[in-house]
Amino acid sequence: MSSRRWRESSRTNISEEQITQLLSTLRQLLPEIPHSHSHKASSAAKVLKQTCTYIKTLHREVDDLSDRLSQLLATIDADSAEAAIIRSLLI
Amino acid sequence: MNNPHHLNPTSLKSRFTTRFLRALTKIRAQKPISSSSPTEIFRRYRRIKVAADKSMAYSVRSRRIWSRAMLWKLRSRSYRRQDPCSGRRSGKTSQAIMKKSSNENTTTRREDGVGFVEEADELRQLVPGGETMNLCNLLDETAHYIKCLTTQVQVMKKIADFYSF
Repeated sequence: MSSRRWRESSRTNISEEQITQLLSTLRQLLPEIPHSHSHKASSAAKVLKQTCTYIKTLHREVDDLSDRLSQLLATIDADSAEAAIIRSLLI
Repeated sequence: MNNPHHLNPTSLKSRFTTRFLRALTKIRAQKPISSSSPTEIFRRYRRIKVAADKSMAYSVRSRRIWSRAMLWKLRSRSYRRQDPCSGRRSGKTSQAIMKKSSNENTTTRREDGVGFVEEADELRQLVPGGETMNLCNLLDETAHYIKCLTTQVQVMKKIADFYSF
Protein backbone atom coordinates (compact mmCIF):
# COMPACT_ATOMS: atom_id res chain seq x y z
CA MET A 1 0.00 0.00 0.00
CA SER A 2 2.81 2.39 0.83
CA SER A 3 4.43 1.41 -2.46
CA ARG A 4 1.29 2.46 -4.32
CA ARG A 5 1.32 5.85 -2.61
CA TRP A 6 4.99 6.19 -3.42
CA ARG A 7 4.40 5.30 -7.04
CA GLU A 8 1.56 7.81 -7.26
CA SER A 9 3.66 10.61 -5.85
CA SER A 10 6.47 9.76 -8.24
CA ARG A 11 4.08 10.14 -11.15
CA THR A 12 2.92 13.59 -10.14
CA ASN A 13 5.36 16.44 -9.90
CA ILE A 14 7.45 16.67 -6.79
CA SER A 15 5.90 19.41 -4.68
CA GLU A 16 7.41 22.86 -4.95
CA GLU A 17 7.55 23.03 -1.18
CA GLN A 18 9.81 20.01 -1.00
CA ILE A 19 12.11 21.46 -3.59
CA THR A 20 12.21 24.85 -1.89
CA GLN A 21 13.07 23.24 1.41
CA LEU A 22 15.83 21.09 -0.08
CA LEU A 23 17.21 24.10 -1.93
CA SER A 24 17.34 26.19 1.23
CA THR A 25 19.23 23.38 2.98
CA LEU A 26 21.72 23.47 0.13
CA ARG A 27 21.99 27.22 0.16
CA GLN A 28 22.99 27.13 3.84
CA LEU A 29 25.91 24.88 3.00
CA LEU A 30 27.28 27.16 0.33
CA PRO A 31 29.94 29.68 1.20
CA GLU A 32 28.83 33.30 1.35
CA ILE A 33 29.56 35.35 -1.74
CA PRO A 34 29.88 38.89 -0.47
CA HIS A 35 30.48 40.55 -3.81
CA SER A 36 27.33 39.25 -5.42
CA HIS A 37 24.26 41.40 -4.93
CA SER A 38 21.95 38.42 -4.79
CA HIS A 39 19.24 38.81 -2.19
CA LYS A 40 17.87 35.95 -0.15
CA ALA A 41 15.45 35.01 -2.92
CA SER A 42 18.05 33.67 -5.33
CA SER A 43 16.56 31.48 -7.99
CA ALA A 44 16.82 27.73 -7.91
CA ALA A 45 19.02 27.82 -10.98
CA LYS A 46 21.45 30.15 -9.22
CA VAL A 47 21.64 27.94 -6.15
CA LEU A 48 22.33 24.89 -8.31
CA LYS A 49 24.96 26.76 -10.29
CA GLN A 50 26.67 27.90 -7.08
CA THR A 51 26.48 24.35 -5.77
CA CYS A 52 28.20 23.02 -8.89
CA THR A 53 30.94 25.62 -8.59
CA TYR A 54 31.40 24.84 -4.91
CA ILE A 55 31.66 21.09 -5.50
CA LYS A 56 34.24 21.68 -8.23
CA THR A 57 36.19 23.89 -5.81
CA LEU A 58 36.12 21.16 -3.17
CA HIS A 59 37.28 18.56 -5.69
CA ARG A 60 40.16 20.80 -6.64
CA GLU A 61 41.07 21.29 -2.97
CA VAL A 62 41.17 17.52 -2.48
CA ASP A 63 43.44 17.26 -5.52
CA ASP A 64 45.80 19.93 -4.20
CA LEU A 65 45.90 18.38 -0.75
CA SER A 66 46.59 14.93 -2.23
CA ASP A 67 49.44 16.49 -4.14
CA ARG A 68 50.81 18.14 -0.98
CA LEU A 69 50.52 14.91 0.97
CA SER A 70 52.27 12.91 -1.75
CA GLN A 71 55.28 15.16 -1.30
CA LEU A 72 55.12 15.03 2.49
CA LEU A 73 54.59 11.30 2.57
CA ALA A 74 58.10 10.54 3.71
CA THR A 75 57.45 12.16 7.08
CA ILE A 76 54.09 10.56 7.76
CA ASP A 77 54.06 7.56 10.03
CA ALA A 78 50.68 6.86 11.45
CA ASP A 79 51.93 4.19 13.81
CA SER A 80 54.00 6.53 15.83
CA ALA A 81 52.95 8.70 18.75
CA GLU A 82 52.31 11.48 16.29
CA ALA A 83 49.27 9.60 15.14
CA ALA A 84 47.88 9.85 18.63
CA ILE A 85 48.55 13.58 18.61
CA ILE A 86 46.89 14.03 15.26
CA ARG A 87 43.93 12.00 16.29
CA SER A 88 43.43 14.11 19.38
CA LEU A 89 43.70 17.24 17.29
CA LEU A 90 41.36 16.04 14.63
CA ILE A 91 38.87 14.12 16.63
CA MET B 1 40.89 12.60 28.28
CA ASN B 2 37.71 14.45 29.15
CA ASN B 3 38.36 17.05 26.54
CA PRO B 4 35.10 18.85 25.85
CA HIS B 5 36.27 19.43 22.29
CA HIS B 6 36.38 15.72 21.50
CA LEU B 7 33.74 14.80 19.02
CA ASN B 8 31.87 11.56 18.98
CA PRO B 9 34.54 8.87 18.40
CA THR B 10 32.24 7.14 15.94
CA SER B 11 31.56 10.33 13.99
CA LEU B 12 32.13 10.48 10.28
CA LYS B 13 35.14 12.70 10.85
CA SER B 14 36.89 10.26 13.18
CA ARG B 15 36.04 7.24 11.02
CA PHE B 16 37.43 8.98 7.98
CA THR B 17 40.55 10.15 9.82
CA THR B 18 41.40 6.68 11.12
CA ARG B 19 40.89 5.02 7.75
CA PHE B 20 42.76 7.68 5.84
CA LEU B 21 45.77 7.69 8.17
CA ARG B 22 45.94 3.94 7.91
CA ALA B 23 45.83 4.15 4.11
CA LEU B 24 48.59 6.77 4.09
CA THR B 25 50.84 4.50 6.14
CA LYS B 26 50.22 1.68 3.69
CA ILE B 27 51.01 3.88 0.71
CA ARG B 28 54.20 5.06 2.33
CA ALA B 29 55.27 1.47 3.00
CA GLN B 30 54.65 0.33 -0.56
CA LYS B 31 57.43 2.07 -2.43
CA PRO B 32 60.79 3.48 -1.44
CA ILE B 33 60.18 7.13 -0.72
CA SER B 34 63.72 8.08 -1.71
CA SER B 35 62.74 7.83 -5.34
CA SER B 36 61.28 11.17 -6.30
CA SER B 37 60.86 10.68 -10.00
CA PRO B 38 57.85 12.55 -11.35
CA THR B 39 56.18 9.24 -12.20
CA GLU B 40 56.56 8.03 -8.64
CA ILE B 41 55.22 11.24 -7.22
CA PHE B 42 52.29 11.16 -9.60
CA ARG B 43 51.52 7.55 -8.69
CA ARG B 44 51.63 8.44 -5.01
CA TYR B 45 49.36 11.39 -5.63
CA ARG B 46 46.82 9.19 -7.42
CA ARG B 47 46.95 6.57 -4.68
CA ILE B 48 46.42 9.18 -2.00
CA LYS B 49 43.48 10.67 -3.87
CA VAL B 50 41.86 7.25 -4.27
CA ALA B 51 42.56 6.55 -0.61
CA ALA B 52 40.80 9.76 0.39
CA ASP B 53 37.70 8.89 -1.63
CA LYS B 54 37.78 5.30 -0.50
CA SER B 55 38.11 6.25 3.15
CA MET B 56 35.16 8.60 2.86
CA ALA B 57 32.97 6.16 0.94
CA TYR B 58 33.68 3.35 3.42
CA SER B 59 32.99 5.66 6.33
CA VAL B 60 29.55 6.46 4.95
CA ARG B 61 29.06 2.90 3.75
CA SER B 62 25.87 2.14 1.83
CA ARG B 63 23.70 4.61 3.68
CA ARG B 64 23.65 7.02 0.76
CA ILE B 65 23.06 6.73 -2.97
CA TRP B 66 26.27 8.64 -3.70
CA SER B 67 28.38 6.50 -1.38
CA ARG B 68 26.97 3.30 -2.88
CA ALA B 69 27.78 4.62 -6.36
CA MET B 70 31.30 5.54 -5.30
CA LEU B 71 31.90 2.19 -3.59
CA TRP B 72 30.68 0.39 -6.68
CA LYS B 73 32.98 2.48 -8.87
CA LEU B 74 35.98 1.84 -6.61
CA ARG B 75 35.34 -1.90 -6.46
CA SER B 76 34.82 -2.34 -10.20
CA ARG B 77 37.98 -0.30 -10.72
CA SER B 78 40.05 -2.64 -8.55
CA TYR B 79 38.55 -5.75 -10.16
CA ARG B 80 39.40 -4.37 -13.57
CA ARG B 81 43.01 -3.88 -12.52
CA GLN B 82 43.31 -7.49 -11.35
CA ASP B 83 41.60 -9.05 -14.34
CA PRO B 84 41.58 -7.24 -17.68
CA CYS B 85 38.69 -9.38 -18.96
CA SER B 86 36.37 -8.35 -16.19
CA GLY B 87 35.93 -4.92 -17.76
CA ARG B 88 33.19 -6.28 -19.99
CA ARG B 89 31.40 -7.94 -17.11
CA SER B 90 31.37 -4.85 -14.95
CA GLY B 91 30.03 -2.89 -17.92
CA LYS B 92 26.97 -5.09 -18.01
CA THR B 93 26.56 -4.89 -14.27
CA SER B 94 26.67 -1.11 -14.37
CA GLN B 95 23.86 -1.03 -16.92
CA ALA B 96 21.81 -3.36 -14.76
CA ILE B 97 22.35 -1.18 -11.69
CA MET B 98 21.54 2.01 -13.58
CA LYS B 99 18.39 0.53 -15.05
CA LYS B 100 17.28 -0.68 -11.64
CA SER B 101 17.78 2.73 -10.02
CA SER B 102 16.08 4.63 -12.84
CA ASN B 103 13.05 2.37 -12.61
CA GLU B 104 12.75 3.26 -8.95
CA ASN B 105 12.87 6.97 -9.69
CA THR B 106 10.61 7.54 -12.65
CA THR B 107 10.75 11.32 -12.56
CA THR B 108 14.34 11.78 -13.69
CA ARG B 109 13.41 14.03 -16.58
CA ARG B 110 9.82 14.97 -15.93
CA GLU B 111 10.35 18.10 -13.98
CA ASP B 112 10.79 20.51 -16.88
CA GLY B 113 8.87 23.69 -16.53
CA VAL B 114 10.78 24.44 -13.35
CA GLY B 115 13.51 26.11 -15.34
CA PHE B 116 16.72 24.56 -14.07
CA VAL B 117 17.03 21.24 -15.86
CA GLU B 118 20.40 22.23 -17.29
CA GLU B 119 21.88 23.17 -13.91
CA ALA B 120 20.46 20.02 -12.38
CA ASP B 121 22.09 17.93 -15.11
CA GLU B 122 25.42 19.60 -14.47
CA LEU B 123 25.04 18.76 -10.80
CA ARG B 124 24.21 15.17 -11.69
CA GLN B 125 27.61 14.87 -13.35
CA LEU B 126 29.36 16.04 -10.20
CA VAL B 127 27.61 13.92 -7.59
CA PRO B 128 28.44 10.18 -7.73
CA GLY B 129 25.41 8.24 -8.93
CA GLY B 130 23.66 11.47 -9.82
CA GLU B 131 22.60 10.30 -13.27
CA THR B 132 19.99 8.01 -11.76
CA MET B 133 18.57 10.38 -9.16
CA ASN B 134 15.34 12.30 -9.38
CA LEU B 135 15.43 15.94 -8.37
CA CYS B 136 14.52 15.40 -4.72
CA ASN B 137 17.15 12.73 -4.22
CA LEU B 138 19.70 14.79 -6.08
CA LEU B 139 19.25 17.80 -3.80
CA ASP B 140 19.25 15.68 -0.68
CA GLU B 141 22.29 13.62 -1.70
CA THR B 142 24.16 16.75 -2.78
CA ALA B 143 23.78 18.29 0.67
CA HIS B 144 25.23 15.21 2.34
CA TYR B 145 27.95 14.88 -0.29
CA ILE B 146 29.03 18.48 0.31
CA LYS B 147 29.16 17.92 4.06
CA CYS B 148 31.39 14.88 3.53
CA LEU B 149 33.62 16.69 1.06
CA THR B 150 34.19 19.56 3.48
CA THR B 151 35.05 17.06 6.23
CA GLN B 152 37.47 15.36 3.85
CA VAL B 153 39.16 18.66 3.00
CA GLN B 154 39.27 19.71 6.66
CA VAL B 155 41.01 16.51 7.81
CA MET B 156 43.43 16.36 4.88
CA LYS B 157 44.37 19.98 5.50
CA LYS B 158 45.05 19.36 9.18
CA ILE B 159 47.22 16.34 8.37
CA ALA B 160 49.18 18.25 5.72
CA ASP B 161 49.64 21.25 8.00
CA PHE B 162 50.72 19.04 10.88
CA TYR B 163 53.44 17.39 8.83
CA SER B 164 54.56 20.57 7.15
CA PHE B 165 56.46 21.72 10.22
